[in-house]
Amino acid sequence: MNISIQETVFFLLAAVIVVFSVLTVTTKRILRSATYLLFVLFATAGIYFQLDYSFLGAVQLTIYAGGIIILYVFSILLTNQQADEKLEKLRNSKVLAGAIAAVAGVGITLFLLLTHSFGPSRLEGGEVPVKVIGTALMGTDKYQYLLPFEVISILLLACIIGGIMIARKR
Amino acid sequence: MFDFSVITQWIDQLLRGVMPDAAALVVECVLIGLALLLGYAVIALALIYVERKVCAWFQCRLGPNRVGPFGLLQSVADMIKMLIKEIIEIKHVDRFLFGLAPYIVIIASVAAFSCLPFAKGLQVLDFNVGIFFLVAVSSIGIVGILLAGWASNNKYSLIGAMRSGAQMISYELSIGLSILTMVVLSGTLQITELVEGQADGWFLFKGHLPALIAFVVYLVAGTAETNRGPFDLPEADSELTAGYHTEYSGMHFGFFYLAEYLNMFIVAGVAATLFLGGWMPLHVPGWEGFNEVMDYIPSLLWFLGKVGVMIFVIMWFKWTFPRLRIDQLLRLEWKYLLPINLLNLLLMVVVVVYKLHF
Repeated sequence: MNISIQETVFFLLAAVIVVFSVLTVTTKRILRSATYLLFVLFATAGIYFQLDYSFLGAVQLTIYAGGIIILYVFSILLTNQQADEKLEKLRNSKVLAGAIAAVAGVGITLFLLLTHSFGPSRLEGGEVPVKVIGTALMGTDKYQYLLPFEVISILLLACIIGGIMIARKR
Repeated sequence: MFDFSVITQWIDQLLRGVMPDAAALVVECVLIGLALLLGYAVIALALIYVERKVCAWFQCRLGPNRVGPFGLLQSVADMIKMLIKEIIEIKHVDRFLFGLAPYIVIIASVAAFSCLPFAKGLQVLDFNVGIFFLVAVSSIGIVGILLAGWASNNKYSLIGAMRSGAQMISYELSIGLSILTMVVLSGTLQITELVEGQADGWFLFKGHLPALIAFVVYLVAGTAETNRGPFDLPEADSELTAGYHTEYSGMHFGFFYLAEYLNMFIVAGVAATLFLGGWMPLHVPGWEGFNEVMDYIPSLLWFLGKVGVMIFVIMWFKWTFPRLRIDQLLRLEWKYLLPINLLNLLLMVVVVVYKLHF
C-alpha cells in the first residue's frame, strides 16, 4: 500500500461527489436536494484546486456554489408554497424512463472512460497564470476565444431581456 | 523588516526532521487550522469588546467596565456564557438544514479569513487568483443565511433571510467591481503581489481619483455585505426580532455572531490590503530616511492598525446613520453604486493605459 496524499485527497473528494450526487436525486425534500448539490459542487471545485487550476476552482465556487445554488434556493423559497412538503411517489412509467436514462448515461460514461486516452493528470510547469487565461479569452488568434466570448455575452443579454419581458407581463 | 516566513520555515524543517514528509504536511495543516481558528476567535472577542466600547462612546456612555480592568474580560465572560448555553431543539424544522446553516456561514468566513495577509510572510492561502478566491468563498455565506432563514420555519426568519440574500447578492457586484478596479491598477490577482506592488506608495495614492471612488464604493458595499447598520435590515430588531437567526440559541447563534464580526474584519482587511497597502509601511518615494524609519514598525502592527482604522469607520457608520428601507437599499446599489462603479472601472482603465497614475 503506497497511496500518496494527492491520491487520498482525490479519493476523498470523489467519494464526496458520488455520495452527495446520489443523495441529491434520492432525497424527498427539494431544499435538501439543493444543499447536497452544493456539496457536490464544492468537491468539484476541490478537484480543480487539486489539479493546480485555482482559477477554475474559484470560478466554480463563485458561479456555481455562490451563484447558481443561491438562485435555486431563492426560486424554491419564492415559488414553492409547500417547500417543506415531501414529494409524492413516482409513477411506474416515470421510474422506467428514469432507469433507462440512467443505464444509458452509465453506458456512455463507461464507454468514454474506457476508450479515451487521458493526458497527464497534472499540469506541466505548475499553475496557469491568470494573464495567459486572460489573453486566451480576449484574443482573436488561433486557440483564442474572443468570438465565443462575445456570442455568449449576446446570448446572456438576450436571456436577461427575455427574463425581464416575462417578469413584467401582468 | 522582519519576515515571518523564517518562523514558518523553521517549523517546517523541524517537523520534516522528525517525521516523514506526508505526516509533516498533515501536522502542519492541523497546526495552521488551529492557529486560524484561535486567531478567529480571539479577533472576534476583541471586536465585540471594541464594538461595545465604540457604541458607548458614540452614545456618551461608558460601556462595559465591571468585568476585569476597563471591562476587558466582558467578552470572555460572554463567550463562556454562550458556550455553556443550551442549544434548543425546535419542533417542525428540518433538523439537518437547521444544524448545517451556521457551519456553512462560519466555514465561508474562515476560508475568506485565511486569505488575508497579516504580515510579511504570514499568510495561509496565497493562490495566484487570491483576491478572486476570497470573493468566491465569502459569497458562499449567503447560502448558509438563506438555509438558516428557511429551516427555522418562522416567517420573520424567512423575511430576514430573503432580505439578506437580496442585499448580499446585489452588493457583491459592487464589491467585485471595485476590487476589479484595483486589480486593473495593480495588474495582479495574487495577494502577496498586490501588497508588494504598494511598496512605493499605497494604491489609494497611486491610483488617485478612480482609486478614491473605488475605495468609497467598496466601503459602502462592504458595510452592506456584512449586514451591518445602516444596512442591517435583515436583522432589523424592531421589525423582525432578530432576522434569520431568531430561532438559534447557544453556540449556533454564537457562530452567526462570530461570523458577522469576522466578516467585518475581513471587509476591513481587504480594504486595507487593496487600498492602504496591507502590511506595507507608509513609503514616500524619495524620502529614504523616512521610509527607513517606517520600516522599523513591525508589519503585523501596520496591518492591524490599518484594519483597526477601517473597522472604526465601519462602526462609525453603524452608530451614526439611521437604517435604510429595503427599496432604498436596492435603489442605492442598482441605480447609483453600480453605474458609478462601471464608469469608474472605465476611468481606471484609461488611467492605466495612458499611465496617468503615479
